[in-house]
Amino acid sequence: MQNKGIFPFTDRHIGPSLQGSRSMLAALNVPSLETLISQAVPKSIRLERPLDIPEAVNEAEALTLLWAKMSQNKTHKSFIGQGYHGTHVPAVIQRNLFENPAWYTAYTPYQSEISQGRLELLFHFQTLVAELTGLPVASASLLDEATAVAEAVGSAYRHHREKRTRIVFAADVHPQILDVVRTRAEPLGMSINGGTIDAQVAAIIVPWPDTFGVYGDHSIAIEQAKAAGALVIAVADPLSLTITAPPASLGADIAAGSMQRFGVPIGYGGPHAAYLAVTDALTRLIPGRLVGQSMDSKGRPGYRLALQTREQHIRRDKATSNICTAQALLANMAVSFAIWHGPQGLRAIAARVHGQAVRMAAGLEAAGVGLVGKRFFDTLTVNVPGKADAIAAVAQRDRRLVRVIDQDRLGLTFDETTTEADLHALAALFGAMLPDDTGTRLPSERPADGFMTQAVFHQQRSETEMMRFLRRLADKDLALDRAMIPLGSCTMKLNAAAEMLPVSWQSVANIHPFAPPDHALGYKSLTDDLESWLAEITGFDAVSLQPNAGSQGEYAGLLAIRRYHFDRGEAHRDICLIPESAHGTNPASAHMAGMRVVVVACEEEGDIDLDDLKAKAELHGANLAALMITYPSTHGVFEEGVKDICAMIHAHGGQVYFDGANLNALVGLARPGDIGADVCHMNLHKTFCIPHGGGGPGVGPIGVKKHLAAFLPGHVELNSAHAVSAAPFGSASILPITWMYIRMMGASGLKQATEMAILNANYIADRLKDHYPVLFTGRNGRVAHECIIDTRVLKESAGISVEDIAKRLIDYGFHAPTMSWPIPGTLMIEPTESESKREIDRFCDAMVAIAGEAARVMSGVWPKDDNPLVNAPHPADDVLSDDWSHPYSRSEASLPAGSSDENPKYWPPVSRIDNVAGDRNLVCSCPPMQAYR
Amino acid sequence: MAVTYFTEDHEWLRVEDGIATVGITDHAQDQLGDLVFVQLPQVGQSLAKGDAVVVVESVKAASDVYAPVDGEVTEVNEAVVSDPALVNSSATADGWLWKMKLSDSNQLTGLLDEAGYKAIIG
Repeated sequence: MQNKGIFPFTDRHIGPSLQGSRSMLAALNVPSLETLISQAVPKSIRLERPLDIPEAVNEAEALTLLWAKMSQNKTHKSFIGQGYHGTHVPAVIQRNLFENPAWYTAYTPYQSEISQGRLELLFHFQTLVAELTGLPVASASLLDEATAVAEAVGSAYRHHREKRTRIVFAADVHPQILDVVRTRAEPLGMSINGGTIDAQVAAIIVPWPDTFGVYGDHSIAIEQAKAAGALVIAVADPLSLTITAPPASLGADIAAGSMQRFGVPIGYGGPHAAYLAVTDALTRLIPGRLVGQSMDSKGRPGYRLALQTREQHIRRDKATSNICTAQALLANMAVSFAIWHGPQGLRAIAARVHGQAVRMAAGLEAAGVGLVGKRFFDTLTVNVPGKADAIAAVAQRDRRLVRVIDQDRLGLTFDETTTEADLHALAALFGAMLPDDTGTRLPSERPADGFMTQAVFHQQRSETEMMRFLRRLADKDLALDRAMIPLGSCTMKLNAAAEMLPVSWQSVANIHPFAPPDHALGYKSLTDDLESWLAEITGFDAVSLQPNAGSQGEYAGLLAIRRYHFDRGEAHRDICLIPESAHGTNPASAHMAGMRVVVVACEEEGDIDLDDLKAKAELHGANLAALMITYPSTHGVFEEGVKDICAMIHAHGGQVYFDGANLNALVGLARPGDIGADVCHMNLHKTFCIPHGGGGPGVGPIGVKKHLAAFLPGHVELNSAHAVSAAPFGSASILPITWMYIRMMGASGLKQATEMAILNANYIADRLKDHYPVLFTGRNGRVAHECIIDTRVLKESAGISVEDIAKRLIDYGFHAPTMSWPIPGTLMIEPTESESKREIDRFCDAMVAIAGEAARVMSGVWPKDDNPLVNAPHPADDVLSDDWSHPYSRSEASLPAGSSDENPKYWPPVSRIDNVAGDRNLVCSCPPMQAYR
Repeated sequence: MAVTYFTEDHEWLRVEDGIATVGITDHAQDQLGDLVFVQLPQVGQSLAKGDAVVVVESVKAASDVYAPVDGEVTEVNEAVVSDPALVNSSATADGWLWKMKLSDSNQLTGLLDEAGYKAIIG
């Protein structure tokens, strides 16, 4: 099956050369890769045949195939609106950010010192949202508009201590938003209706404007909500907010919406950044990532992720949400768009769009065509009794798409890309002529100079300045384009350029998610391929690509299980067993899916405690809904008894949910479906090469067995319900990345990647075992695709904490491995198959050298409170300072591994960030200029 | 005379004239690290033993503090809201969290004394 073509991609994707892998195998004292795999992976779960997916083709061939496929999409100009708008991606942002690996290959900024660039830009994003909405606290983006509104509802629910269970819509939101809010509300026992606003109402939702484009008068509803103690959630278009009064002035406690039209391509529905902003009082209820300003050990300003204790990785089932990731790359594109245009530019775009809508409205009215509503921004709903389809068909002949709301109503939405020719052609559909200028029909006016006064929104007007601004920020960060990122459980593998190229293609980027099905045949063919390949790889019968993050996949999978039990008349099954070693998202997702979490103990070796599992499965047998299990385990070990575990759960009537976080250790070697899982999510942003984007996007499809297929997420545009994302295919425009990867690797390449990931991890475990204890190995002393090393001994003997080691790695030019998870005081290292032996050796050398440094502290050469570890990292400013009084030299501080042309020095922009100061005095947006006067 | 009791959940309560002052132990604050946020109950709130009453947060952990006995909140320590570090520096004195009127003083007999608590934390 090996591809014999020239330039096989497998050789490019896999880091170690033949020689490199041979010498690693020799170090491990095994004769062959197959021997190592048989030692690491239990025979009982092995897949004994090649995967049935197409043979590999090389980079050029795959691009040709995908080009032809996606060319089947019709990229008509969209006037559909409904939350998705045409936008011009500024070329300076396209090249320097969107298509720049320094931005898209970075990880979520947990290690703040090496993430200052993207943290700063996300901080500006929060400032932008705060300025537009008038609400002081904005998060660093959410997954899409519909989930953002659902998260806002969740915040309101928690605000009322989960006691108020009604949500009232003041007017119609977009159908896909209603759909997702419904999905989320049902398991929590919340109801959605338009009834009276009383003390049972957690929040009212005020669309601003509504799905018909209309600004209604909601003042009475808002007043009633305030009187009843209900929160007011505004769903507002951010572009409109540059020329209309902000939601805060309406009385909104929370505002949510999509930032897509700020220079992020529609991309058949995603990925885009959504925003969420709240009042100060609601700060701790906000879901997801929040960037805060703090300072470093020398008092310089620095950024970090703030209030992480709200989040699932710490708070588990009591977290504010199961959300892990944000949409960092897209949020950063959106704020860059705002920085590039400035408030004047944004207002000019908004005013032009509104002017187009006003002229069209005036023209239609003059022609005797009826419109819905009087106040609007960019969207008109036109009354065309009985003729909607006919008019839409005429528009299509000219390559324009309008929204068919029903047989009697059409929607027209204008955007930054709408031209004069478009307007005349659309007016002609209704027999109308366009007047020149007819004033405004906004509900309110916003003064030009009252917002976005911060310097950053005014300083990057020339392209030279903008290019350097983005470069300056990127240079602060350590992404995969500089060094290995050995984060355990995160699978930071290559995001190949050929995989990324199609994301920018017009045929991929410029199609509306609600375009007629025959306009998206390219996407249909792409998603069909992916669904069948992923089903084959994981051993399932059906796959949904809709969930746009791993957490959403978990949630969708648990909902499928819940609906399956309901369907069988076993609605009482609501117990979800979760091992204590599980990722925090698991209990958070289970809680959101209306399940009660029962924790199962783990043995010291990290395996699930089978006696405890058995006892709890029996105790809760009648009510058992599911077991959530990560495989290989979060401790990086292939547990032997996994098949028995699945059988035991099934015997009690429960379903087995596989957390696919560690799928990179299984592809081609074993399949969750064969092992006994009923449902499993896959992180395409881990195993299947979608880049992490500095904290999003992600894609988390789920695979299910036949009996659960009917319970996969649907979508209102597909005439079904239970959606978990705004768009039917979630983050569709990045699915080509995974398509390219699978197509270029083929069955044998994918299997080889898994084997090399396991070899690399075992080689690291072997190289470090004499310097740090390696925890949790399988029966043959082998780890899976990652290994955990214990640094607690250094804490006891030398006062060196795991954090000191992580920060010291920065001085050596590395991103730290995963810190203190799943075991406090340890580091979890996952090299992936993409790292070469040379880079792995460089990392191991650094780890060994750090152990040597700790030994010098232990032996008293360096004091415990003044040594290169506790003071790490060392920025250039400090090392170059004339004032140097440490007992170690400047070169020991900053060039511990020497420097060379091959491995140029990475300089951290700040020293250690003070986490405590940042959380005690939360600053999550830049104050306006007036504050400095 | 005031008597101090402890719980297995690392809370202390000092009882005097039917009113208990409740806080977390020095061991608990040490395990949590520097506190950054404390969320207090409302005065007048009635508590059942085992209810999660207070949330204390450090940068790396968030923990619930539970009602050690039944009763009603009579006073809360606003000082720890504005300065959470007070719980670190003075867990068993200035860093108290709330006071409560006991419903049933018999419940106190099930609690630990200082020696019993020390035996638990080793």
